[in-house]
Amino acid sequence: MKEKLIQRYSAAERINHWVVACFYPAFFWLTGIFGTPQLARIVHPFIGVVMFLGFARQFFRYYHHNFITDEDKKWMKAVGEVMKGNEVGDIGRYNGGQKGMFWLMVACTSLLLVTGVIAWRPYFAELFPIPLIRFALLVHASAALALIAGIVVHVYAAIWVKGTIRAMAEGVVTHAWAKKHHPKWYREMTGKES
Amino acid sequence: MSMQSQDIIRRSATSSLTPPPQARDHKLEVAKLIDVSICIGCKGCQVACSEWNDIRDEVGHNHGVYDNPVDLTAKSWTVMRFAEHQDEGGPLQWLIRKDGCMHCSDPGCLKACPSPGAILQYANGVVDFQSEQCIGCGYCVAGCPFNVPRINKEDNKAYKCSLCSDRLAVGQEPSCVKTCPTGAIQFGTKEDMKLVAAGRIKDLQARGFKNAGLYDPEGVGGTHVMYVLHHADRPELYSNLPKDPQISATVSLWKGMLKPLATLGLAAAGLFGFLHYTTVGPNRADEEEEHEEKETEEVSK
Repeated sequence: MKEKLIQRYSAAERINHWVVACFYPAFFWLTGIFGTPQLARIVHPFIGVVMFLGFARQFFRYYHHNFITDEDKKWMKAVGEVMKGNEVGDIGRYNGGQKGMFWLMVACTSLLLVTGVIAWRPYFAELFPIPLIRFALLVHASAALALIAGIVVHVYAAIWVKGTIRAMAEGVVTHAWAKKHHPKWYREMTGKES
Repeated sequence: MSMQSQDIIRRSATSSLTPPPQARDHKLEVAKLIDVSICIGCKGCQVACSEWNDIRDEVGHNHGVYDNPVDLTAKSWTVMRFAEHQDEGGPLQWLIRKDGCMHCSDPGCLKACPSPGAILQYANGVVDFQSEQCIGCGYCVAGCPFNVPRINKEDNKAYKCSLCSDRLAVGQEPSCVKTCPTGAIQFGTKEDMKLVAAGRIKDLQARGFKNAGLYDPEGVGGTHVMYVLHHADRPELYSNLPKDPQISATVSLWKGMLKPLATLGLAAAGLFGFLHYTTVGPNRADEEEEHEEKETEEVSK
């Protein structure tokens, strides 16, 4: 019997996702992959801009799926139950956690772009007063931390909920996956009762 | 010069758990004392600095003032700043300050630097840039409370006065001290320089400068370049010498709090994930249910 699948992400969406993932600017110990720390420092802001543009494309793809509803608030309040593996609420394409993550990413990448430009040497930093650069560096580091923490959750959730990574690799999920984790979306996609 | 001096008390972007080589850290703290009241603004120190350190700044333009070059650059590590000042009813005073790195005991540049070992502090108090480790991010510029480091656009490296650490290492004084024709710049142990300063201050006070004093700001733990000022109560008269310089709260928050918090937080998140997966276990959809359904079509979005 052929597996019953639902297309969740198109090839373009998948490529877009991995472009953003790969262009996430790195930690100091990762600077080695760019040859030298000096080169890494030069490349970092350019990579950051590519990531921002990649994410901006994702923003326009997905923002309309990410408006937070009462069902999502219910999900967020019951997140402890969710962590135990029990589904909460009639979830559409994305659950409350995924939507919260989306807006966190929107906030962080925007902050990172603005503050990153302010601190960008040798091109832009000298146009700004030093106290502003200091503030920008603090915000840049804080936003990066929030984004990294968010990505840790994002990656772990993908590993934890089996069948999820396939959505970003092949673009498809099984009917059972959709029915269990996103019942409302399942009905929309298949026209069936879950 | 760098690691083999073995008297390094601070090294940028490294933990105190893995200290730099400091077996020879018994050295006395040194200081350069600049007596503004004897300085004649000849710029001999600027020339000596350029000559000893073998740096040749571009010949600039006259900006209508004596300051030349008009600011510190990656190739001008010290500049004389000329300020005219007149108290109400008093005589015109020409306040000339030799600007450059202050070699803070608590250096903001070193605190902000993200590249391990690009900024060192030696036991004698000198704060030195290690150019081969410098990545050109300019965080030292943001970290410095005195606005001293400058990025060289030709090689993307930060530069500033080294207090002639190479000369000090062989028992010589900095080149600006050596050349100063009036003795306005002196060099020795910090204690000795404080004594010299005390004598000068007493003399200045006797001459009517009742607010004469030593500039050795507490906010950065004291400095290894100190000034004797006739108006120590108003350091900002001397081309905006900061009255109470400190490492900016933003920089302290960033490197002092956020960084360790981030390390801990992310480690905790990793540990939580591990424990969650091993105790709660993976979240699987029950594939059995699917057999009830007959259709095998792929539904596209």
